Parts: sequence; structure tokens; C-alpha cells
Amino acid sequence: MDEATPNTYDIAIIGGGGAGLTAAIYAARARRRTVVFERLITGGQIATTELVENYPGFPQGINGFDFAQNLVQQAERFGAEMRYEDVARIERLSNGTFRVETNEGGYRAHAVVATAGADYNKLGVAGEDEFVGRGVSYCATCDAAFFQNQEVIVVGGGDAAFDEALFTTRYASKVHLVHRRADFRASALLQERVFAKAKIDIVRNTVVARILGTEAVEAAELRNVETGATQTLATAAVFIFIGQTPNSHLLKDLIALDDGGHAQVDLRMHTTVPGLFVAGDLRTQAARQLVSACGGGATAALAAEAYLAEAGIGEG
Amino acid sequence: MADTPEVTDTTFDADVMKSDLPVLVDFWAPWCGPCRMVAPIVEELGEEYAGRVNFYKMNTDENPAVPSKYGIRSIPSLLIFKGGELTGTIVGFRPKSDLKKRLEEAIL
Repeated sequence: MDEATPNTYDIAIIGGGGAGLTAAIYAARARRRTVVFERLITGGQIATTELVENYPGFPQGINGFDFAQNLVQQAERFGAEMRYEDVARIERLSNGTFRVETNEGGYRAHAVVATAGADYNKLGVAGEDEFVGRGVSYCATCDAAFFQNQEVIVVGGGDAAFDEALFTTRYASKVHLVHRRADFRASALLQERVFAKAKIDIVRNTVVARILGTEAVEAAELRNVETGATQTLATAAVFIFIGQTPNSHLLKDLIALDDGGHAQVDLRMHTTVPGLFVAGDLRTQAARQLVSACGGGATAALAAEAYLAEAGIGEG
Repeated sequence: MADTPEVTDTTFDADVMKSDLPVLVDFWAPWCGPCRMVAPIVEELGEEYAGRVNFYKMNTDENPAVPSKYGIRSIPSLLIFKGGELTGTIVGFRPKSDLKKRLEEAIL
């Protein structure tokens, strides 16, 4: 870590999902020295989505991973720099610049766009951690094919759970869709498709209480939340899609968060800290859609550019 | 950057189990997005560890026997073998620094 001559950027973007990569395209096209820090996979949540069907302009849909790769290429083409590093800390210095500390070094930036998104929630039940990679999965797109002609469980009631339940029917002999409530948040179209699939068995008002097995997942104990009745269901896999928690730990000392841990921003994605912008699933009241994340990233980058211009930083 | 060589159900015994050097095998499939992110990192590690560790990739769509033998139910999975023994398993996409640490532990 070289503190004397840190790498200085005009705009540092934290997180390489749809919001961050779109912000990078806009920031780089404004001729700002732009960096994107990504700790894992570019694309974020969309990278493991088999088919994105609701992004405007792709009538046949597009594979989420390919879409993300396209965004990276587009951002790099205009000069944005990708750094596969995990940001540990963001600090605003007394001179108004930001210090971004990663697992590999320290950087300076005149403005920060935080688009760190959200991570999937775990069930938090016995057997879950033990059987990750041996039947417990958070990515049906990656793992469904290993359960050819076997029965599997998909947990959740939102778009992700419904999408993945439909995907797993390509391989599984039976898909038990387990949801803790009677109603579902998934879009009406996805609900129609799921309800029309003979292979999908809907289990309402029910939670997974335990995941059982020896070498790998063999069964799950289900509990009806209304009656308290439990049953053990033989299954080879438990795919878990029960919502997400925003990655706001980096921001909690800098700005106010809402009850769900999302960052408060104005309509230009500006936080209460001058020069700090937040977009995508990390911000409050996000629609949590790829298109709105990308739109928010563009808004944040334009606002960051305006902020730098007003502060007289660089020639833009 | 050199492509990681393929190992198959047929060549696994000779290339991995009977290898003098420790071996890392990257289990992947063309339809798996995270696998496509792991591939270039495995290639980089292959160059860094040349002469110390052999690196292979195995397409789980084309080779059912070895993945089934090792109970692979999630990809990407990286399995590390030393002297024909499985000494390390890394499931899912991990950053390069993590992979190096786990690899070092498994080849000690």
C-alpha cells in the first residue's frame, strides 16, 4: 500500500453490477478518470440470471452473464478501469476527497458512486452451511443440471424464486416451491407460468426448518407456519431465493440508512455527503430491477460529473 | 494467456491421480456464468504455479463419471489433488487471493 502516491481517480465506483457499470460508461464518456471496484463477479445479481426478459430492447431476452460482459466491454471501451478488489473502507478526508481502501491498496477519488448492491439472504437453518455445494445452492442456473430426474425444493415467493423454479423444471422430476406465506410477490406473468407447470408443486405457508443428509442433501424438514405441523420431504437439493440484504456496511458511518439498511439519496442519487452518490439496490426505495439500477447508475454518474465540474475539479 | 488444458473421464487417472505434481481441476460447464469468470483466474494461477502445480479443466456436461465420483453438485468447483488424494475443495466463485490461499494450504 503506497500512501505517498496513491492512485487518484475522478470517480470511483464501488460495485460492478448493472448500476455501477452503467455509471462507469457515463463517467468514462464524460472523460473522467474512472475506476470500478468489483469484489467478485461483474454483473452482480444479473450475472447468474439465465435469461433477462424485461430489459427493454432485447425482445428475445438476453443471458445475464453475457449482458454484464457487454457492459464491462462498453465501460472499458470508453476508458473505465476495472479493479477486482474488495473495498474495505470509504473515508471522506477534510479536503473533500475520498479515500477508498481495498484488500490490495489505497486509492483517492474526488467523487464516489456506491453501487455495492445486495447479497442473497440465507435461511439460517441447520444443515444450510454444511451442505453448500452438496445440494444447497443459491444459483439454480449454475447447479440445476446436477439434479437430473431428481426432486428438488426451491424456497421463496419473489421473481427470483419463480424464475429459478421454472429453470429447474428442465432437469428435476419434481420441483417443490416452498413459501412462508400464502401469497407471492413474483410478477403476474411468472406466477401464471409457474402455476401452469405440472412439475411444480406449490407449498404455501411453509418454511424449511432443517436440511438433512449425511454426505449430501437427502431431505428437508418443512414446518407449516399456521398449523405448526412438520413433515420431512425427500429432496436432493434446496435452492434458496429469499430476498436480499443491502451491502451498506461501507456507508453506515457516513450517511443515514433506512430501516432496511438502504442509503437515503435525493432524486439525483446524491447522499447527504457532498460527492458521495448511491444507486442500484443499495439505495432506498429501489425498484430492484436491472433497468432501474442501470438508470440510477446513469443518473448518479451525471450528478457526480456535475458535482466535479462545480467544484472545479478537472476539465471534464 | 495459455488455455487451461482439458482433462476427461478417460484421462483423469493418468493426468490427475498419477501426477507427480499436485493438480487443480476446474469443474465447469459452458452454461455456467460464474464458471466463465473463474476460467481466466485459473489460467493466471496456471502460469504463476507452472512447474509446481498442474492445472486442468473438466467439462461436467461431457464427463459424468469423475464429477459424480466426487459428488460435485455445484459449479464452479475447484478440486485439488496431491499424490492422488483429494486435499482441497473450493465451491463457487472466489476472488483470486482466496483461491491462492486455499491452493497453498492444499499443496503444503
